[in-house]
Order: sequence, then structure tokens, then C-alpha cells
Amino acid sequence: MTAATFSPRVSPIAGLRHSMTLAWRTLVQIKHNPAELIDFSIQPIMFLVLFTYVFGGAISGNTGDYLTFALPGIIVQNALFATLNTGMGLSTDLQKGVFDRLRSLPIARFAPLAGRIVSDIVKQSWALALLLGLGVVLGFRIGTDVPSAISGYLLVLVCSLGFSWLAVLVGMLAANPEKVQIFGFVVMFPLTFTSNAFVPTATMPGWLQAWAKVNPVTILADAVRGLWVTGGGSGPALQSLLWAAALTAVFAPLAVRAFKRRT
Amino acid sequence: MTATIQAEGIVKTYGQLRALDGLDLSVPEGTVLGLLGPNGAGKTTAVRILTTLLRPDSGSLTVKGIDVLKHPDDVRRIIGLSGQYAAVDEYLTGYENLEMIGRLYHMSKRQARERANELLERFTLTDAASRPVKTYSGGMRRRLDLAGALVAAPPVIFMDEPTTGLDPRSRLGMWDVITERVREGTTLLLTTQYLEEADQLADNIIVIDHGRAIAEGTPDELKRKVGGERLELTLRGEAEVATAAAIMRGVGTGEPTVDSETHQVHVPVTRGAPALIAAIRELDAAGIEPVDIAVHRPTLDDVFMRLTGHSTEDKTTEEQK
Repeated sequence: MTAATFSPRVSPIAGLRHSMTLAWRTLVQIKHNPAELIDFSIQPIMFLVLFTYVFGGAISGNTGDYLTFALPGIIVQNALFATLNTGMGLSTDLQKGVFDRLRSLPIARFAPLAGRIVSDIVKQSWALALLLGLGVVLGFRIGTDVPSAISGYLLVLVCSLGFSWLAVLVGMLAANPEKVQIFGFVVMFPLTFTSNAFVPTATMPGWLQAWAKVNPVTILADAVRGLWVTGGGSGPALQSLLWAAALTAVFAPLAVRAFKRRT
Repeated sequence: MTATIQAEGIVKTYGQLRALDGLDLSVPEGTVLGLLGPNGAGKTTAVRILTTLLRPDSGSLTVKGIDVLKHPDDVRRIIGLSGQYAAVDEYLTGYENLEMIGRLYHMSKRQARERANELLERFTLTDAASRPVKTYSGGMRRRLDLAGALVAAPPVIFMDEPTTGLDPRSRLGMWDVITERVREGTTLLLTTQYLEEADQLADNIIVIDHGRAIAEGTPDELKRKVGGERLELTLRGEAEVATAAAIMRGVGTGEPTVDSETHQVHVPVTRGAPALIAAIRELDAAGIEPVDIAVHRPTLDDVFMRLTGHSTEDKTTEEQK
């Protein structure tokens, strides 16, 4: 597309306002579509409770120790899965023609995309707080200080934003929302499970251990464990930020290009 | 004087397919242009280009004198688009959909609320205002979609197949709503697959096929060109054909065509209903009792047969987006 279609006639402040209106739209949808609430509330709760009480004893000897180990991993896994919603939402809007309507309005070109991303960060924060809160009820304890706890929280949000660019790209390239979901099963499932998010990697075959060690999910889970439980964690936190930056650097331009092409 | 919507030589290709192949069109202020054509003719592509959603490969186009390619944002401020697929948010209520659009136009909360309620009222959606759109019928969605295009009261409106897929009653409802807009002085470009719809709503019609205009004119001119209504009479037997043909010649505007095999007589007429009554009276007086007699209104298929020699169903290319 040439520059003319994206001429900067709309001021950045107006663009921000458009993005917020569209973010509001996505959040209001929840009110009328309770299924979505289940997606990002009940599903993480199920994961947390099932993993803790079904696998916890077998993996860590007792559920308390397992919860301490696994809660950061489950939070990371949930955050990555939730990024798929960004891709699915965009894909749905494309398919239903909502984007055509929005783009025929005098609004900033980036607003539909930005609005979706902003609202999904709000949803992510909610799911994160919910999981952490439930974890505390089940016996999880923050072993570090408040600044570290907050850093861990923000780190997960920043990294999920990095991953969400991949989801945006998939959402733009997929013919329909179902295809985005298939991508989730084929890529996100193996990605989160071949890490130390749920189990220590010691019993995995050597080749898988080698991968699990460098898997960004492992690194992020370790960073959150460090920041919330064991102290330290600045090393993996830094690596996670680098991952998020790399993902953004690679996928954001591709996603924005695909977005411009499709819309 | 430049027309409100003006386009010259628009070309848009998708690989081998020339979706638009040098389309020209011009819509004077306060008039309605009907873009008539079958699926895949390029109607949607033309609307998407005129509404800034798609860039043509070449061609020049202006809306109210503003260059669409150079100043798309300025064009977006003065147009409303109502698309083929009722682009409303399923999970918002009708009210919320309109409020959102008002907010995107920088209306204050109060203004957006008032405008939304006003439009809901005008499109008889007030009762359904607080229900999510996914519970709406097809006709209600289209009405809401059109209401969405009118939030900022744009002087120029584009409607892509506003009644495709609607039942006859909802279609009539949409026609009323559209006619009302036109009375208020809105300049309108609408696409349709139905000759009847273009006839009803448009001041001028462009028939397009394979991305180019193949005929153009007022509905009357077009009907004259393709043959307007005709009277179709089926008789019991060969014996009555000659008398019936003479009667039909009397009520028609041209020479009747006779099919002696099926005992059918066709004749072009200017106005179907009076011709039908006259024909029935005379046939009755002559003691002829027809098997069937009816007024046939030309369809898009007839237009195509006449203009291109092929029917609309010959097409294999689907409308591309």
C-alpha cells in the first residue's frame, strides 16, 4: 500500500481516542457474550486446580510444593494462549466485514489493531490477577518483595504483548478464526508443554531437555519464579525481555504489513 | 460542474482477473446511481475503491471534488458505507453499535447517545435497541448497518447490495428507508443484482459486466433498450393463435411473436397492468379462454441476454475482495 492510504491526517491524539473507543467495544462484548468470560477466567482456573491436585503430588511429592513451582508456569502458559484471542478477534472482524465499516470512518488506520491489543492487555491483566489470587487462596505465597512481585506481573504482560504480534500475524493470514485456533493447538500447545512450565525438565529425553532449556516459555517461567518465589530472576527476566523485543521486531512489522494488506 | 461522485477509467486487477476494466461513472448531487450486475461483475470492487478501502491500479476518482486517492481521510469524513455483509458487531447491542460509531466521530457521550436513539427510532429498532445484534433478523441487521452509515449524516452514501438475501417484506422496508434518504438530498450509489430494485430506486443505472459498463441510462431508457415489460399469453390450441395475435398486436407496442408449437403469443407493452386488462377483455369478447396470461417484467437475466448475448449464469468468476 502506498503512503496515501495511511496519510497522517488524523492526529495521534485522535488516533489514541479511536483506539480506546474500539478497546471499549471489545470489552463491552464480554457483557453480551459470557462464553468469552469462560475463555479467560474459568479455563485458567480449571488448569490451575486440575494441575495442582491431579499432577501436583506425583510430580513434587505434595500439592503445596507443586503449586509454588507450577503457578508461574501456568500463568505464563495461560498468557500465551490468551494471545490467540487477539488473533481470533481480528480474524472474526475481518470475516464479518466489521473492518470495512471501521475503515470507511475517518479514524486512525492503526486504531482497530491498537484497540484490540489494548483490550486484550486488560483481559490478560485480569486473568493474571485471577490466577495469582486463586493461587494465594490455594496456598501460594510470594516469597520476595512487592517491587519484585509487580515486576513479575508486568514482565508477563510485556512478554505476552510480544507474543501477541505473532497471533496478530496469524489472525491476518488465516482465512477464518477456526484456523487461528488450529495454529494454537499445533504451535502454542507444544511450545508451552516442552518447557519447565509444568514439570522439571530432568526426566525429559536429552534432546527435549536441550530445547526446553532455551524455550522462551521456560525462561519466562523461571523469571517469574525468581521474581515471585526464590528471589533473583533478573537474568531470565532480561532474557525474556530480549525475547519479547525480538518477537516484536520480527513479527510486528510483518503483522502490520499483513494488517494493511488485508484491511 | 463536477458530479458528486466521479470516476474515470478505474482498473483493478487480481492476477489474471481484471475485476474492473476501465470503469467510468458519474453521480450528480442528490441523485441515485444504481450499479447493476451479476455476481463477479466488479460491483463490490468498485464500491470498495470509491470508499477508500481499496486502491485501484489506475484511474482517477473524486467525491465532492476531493481526490479519493490523495485525500482518503477527507473523503471518509463525508461518506457513509453500508456493506454487503451488514458489518455490525454481533456481540454489542444495536444501541452500542451506533454509540460506538458516534464516539469514533468524536461526538460527546451525550451527542452519541442522542444520535443513536434518534436513528434507532427512525429505523424502527427502538424495541430491539438493548438486545445484542446476534439476536436480530437479517432485515434488522441491514437496517442497523445502514443506520451506522448515517451516524454522521454524510452527504454521500454507498450501499453495496442493500437487500441481497432479504425476504420480500424486509426488502420493501429497506426501499422505503433508502427512498427517504434520497428525498433528504443524499447522493447515493447503490449496487444491486435486481433490475427491479435499480428501477425502483435509481435515477440512473449502469449495467456492468466483467468490470466494464455495458449499458447506461435512466431506468426507462434501459428498459426501452432491453425491451420493457411484455405480455405472455398461452392458448389451448393452434386455432386461436391468429385471432389472439391480432388482439395482442392491438394492446402491445410492437409486433407479437408467436410460438405455434407451445401456442404462445408474446408482445412488448409499455405498461403491463392496463395492457393485461385490455387483452383479457378482448380475448373474452372473442370467446378465447387462455391457459395462462401474465405480465413478464424483465430481469437482470433478460438485460444480459439482450446486451451481451449470454445469461448471468454463464459466469465462472466470483466477485473478488
